[in-house]
Amino acid sequence: MSLSHEQTINHYLESYKAFEKSLNGDSSLPIHSLRDEAITRFAEMGFPTKTDEEWRFTNVSEIAAKRFEIPTLGAGFPEREAKTEKFVFEDLKGPRLVFINGIFAKNLSRLTQSGSDVIVKQLSSALSEHPDLVSAHLGRYISSGVNGFAALSLAFMRDGLFLSVPDGVVLEDAIQVLFVSTEAESEIATYPRNLMIVGSNCRVSIVESYVCIADDSYFTNAVTEIVVGENSVVEHDKFQNESVNAFHIAATHIHQAAHSNYVSNSIAVGGRLVRNDITAVLDAERSECTLNGLSVATGNQLIDNHTTIDHAKANCQSHELYKAVLDGNARGVFNGKIFVRKDAQKTDAKQTNQTLLLSDDATIDTKPQLEIFADDVKCTHGATVGQLDSDQLFYLRTRGIPESKARDILTFAFASDVVSRVKLDALRDQLEAFVHAKLDASRRTNGS
Amino acid sequence: MLKVKNLHASVEGNEILRGIDLEVSAGEVHAIMGPNGSGKSTLAQVLAGRDTYEVTRGEIFLNGKNLLELDPEERAHEGLFLAFQYPVEIPGVTNTYFLKAALNAIRKSRGQDELDAIDFLALVKERMKIVELDQSLLNRPVNEGFSGGEKKRNEIFQMAVLDPMLAVLDETDSGLDIDALRIVADGVNRLRRKDNATIVVTHYQRLLNYIVPDFVHVLVEGRIVKSGGKELALELEEKGYDWIRNGSETTQPAGIG
Ligand SMILES: Nc1ncnc2c1ncn2[C@@H]1O[C@H](COP(=O)(O)OP(=O)(O)O)[C@@H](O)[C@H]1O
Ligand SMILES: [Mg+2]
Repeated sequence: MSLSHEQTINHYLESYKAFEKSLNGDSSLPIHSLRDEAITRFAEMGFPTKTDEEWRFTNVSEIAAKRFEIPTLGAGFPEREAKTEKFVFEDLKGPRLVFINGIFAKNLSRLTQSGSDVIVKQLSSALSEHPDLVSAHLGRYISSGVNGFAALSLAFMRDGLFLSVPDGVVLEDAIQVLFVSTEAESEIATYPRNLMIVGSNCRVSIVESYVCIADDSYFTNAVTEIVVGENSVVEHDKFQNESVNAFHIAATHIHQAAHSNYVSNSIAVGGRLVRNDITAVLDAERSECTLNGLSVATGNQLIDNHTTIDHAKANCQSHELYKAVLDGNARGVFNGKIFVRKDAQKTDAKQTNQTLLLSDDATIDTKPQLEIFADDVKCTHGATVGQLDSDQLFYLRTRGIPESKARDILTFAFASDVVSRVKLDALRDQLEAFVHAKLDASRRTNGS
Repeated sequence: MLKVKNLHASVEGNEILRGIDLEVSAGEVHAIMGPNGSGKSTLAQVLAGRDTYEVTRGEIFLNGKNLLELDPEERAHEGLFLAFQYPVEIPGVTNTYFLKAALNAIRKSRGQDELDAIDFLALVKERMKIVELDQSLLNRPVNEGFSGGEKKRNEIFQMAVLDPMLAVLDETDSGLDIDALRIVADGVNRLRRKDNATIVVTHYQRLLNYIVPDFVHVLVEGRIVKSGGKELALELEEKGYDWIRNGSETTQPAGIG
């Protein structure tokens, strides 16, 4: 059943033809040329292989070998909507967009018109309604030439969150975008595509999540582009709890203006093979970027986080804390690139990567990658890999706490160090509950 | 209550405890004194079940239960409590969360209902007074960033909440200024009852002015070389440990059992 390289390319070319047809009139929009170019790129490149330095630890040949289909609306959408309801973060009162198998779920979404000039809508609508705004940004930050995933994302680009916040707007409520994959007729591929353009002097929170209802095998190929204007503050929380048989490949690109502040909290507990690429470009002075990440993996899961912080201009700060809890045969990858360009004097960059291995068979490949071309900078990085601390375990046990519970307490404390950085109270509590549930499930299967 | 017989313990092949005999009855306070490195903390840790130390010979019984067959948590369920010489910092776990988990685990092991949040807080508020623990320490991670004195108070506060049968206090006086020492010692005295017992491990006699022991044992090189009443502590203070090391033959523990 597995496809050869040529068959893979042909499969996606055929899919693309069917996809174009399904776009109906939308394929005549000028922006469609981006898709055409991207599919051509994909046909040239295919998927990355292990000889590609960026993909050395993460073998995606399984994705290439499968015949993922474009989802169709199909029957039973209302039933799926009903099942999806529980994944919505109800305590977040702001606008929200929900997609099920890539298809917009109107009944679960809430697109309030706030009266201001803030635009929150489906990308598919924005393509025709705000063509200039979209084409000024879409695909400008993540080039389809980067790799086959970026190319496919642009080729099959259709829907996701489109957000445009004009200068000087403070959004009280977080914006939520939820992608649910489930119970499709076949193994499907979806291409969530988010574009967020935040003007100057704004304050915005975004919650992006990926969840599933059943243990299906499917492929999520998500790309998010975020532009942060001068003096603006953006908090971006991502929660990924895909099926343990799913492939989740995501790239996020953040482009920051002067005095801007971007914070990402990325929490990944699901997926069979997960790759998160986050790239932040600090493209003007006195901008600040914080990337926090937590992976919790067990069984045969692989969670790969690649971060890049590009200090392009002087006087910028970046802080990075990535943690992983690995049990069973799980594998983790962390690659943290920090570029400090020639002009980026007085850069202050700090990177920390900590891994807790709960089993002897779990492994982590961790690699800091600092490339510094300026001389007056402060860059620190540190990576630790370890087990639970025996002094701490003993201390808890002498107080009567059973060993298994003591392990849970310490493991959760390690993980909550990241979750506690989520500023939205309502979300943080729920994320803590999810992480707890995941750790519990992991302990039950691994009996540790 | 506690019976230790001919206890030998080693770490990495080095014998540290070389035959300890000790009996503690309900209502008593015993002091274990000795120079640095004599094995006081090792004895305390072995009692609590630290697996770094291998018990090569001997036995430990607490109220008839063979402690050497029990895990550290089971020993706590039997009523043993160790106040650490170096309390461990646990980032990310608040003091209250930790104590509630501990208390409820102990209650559960005894077939008692778990305390709900309200009852637990009421208990905590009351027991905090015993060591005048600062309220703000409750919601901070266990011992993280606590001063030396705060850590020691926190140990006795935990003791006050968990209400053990036998408390072993390992150098609880170190790191305390004189006022704090008095408060902590007062706390320990207030927790004394006819049906519980305390072992005070200390290098200095100072603490024993406040927690007056019924018996004093001198530990040197992994053995109890001398036992006596509270006056032995004063004698040691006066003459130093060399007085014991040089010559005085081992005397049998008197009046114990
Ligand atoms: N975990 C350990 N590993 C190696 N040596 C140890 C360990 N614990 C204690 N020791 C040694 O055992 C001896 C007694 O130590 P300890 O019990 O801490 O003494 P005290 O508390 O009386 O000062 C010392 O020589 C110490 O170095
Ligand atoms: Mg000691």
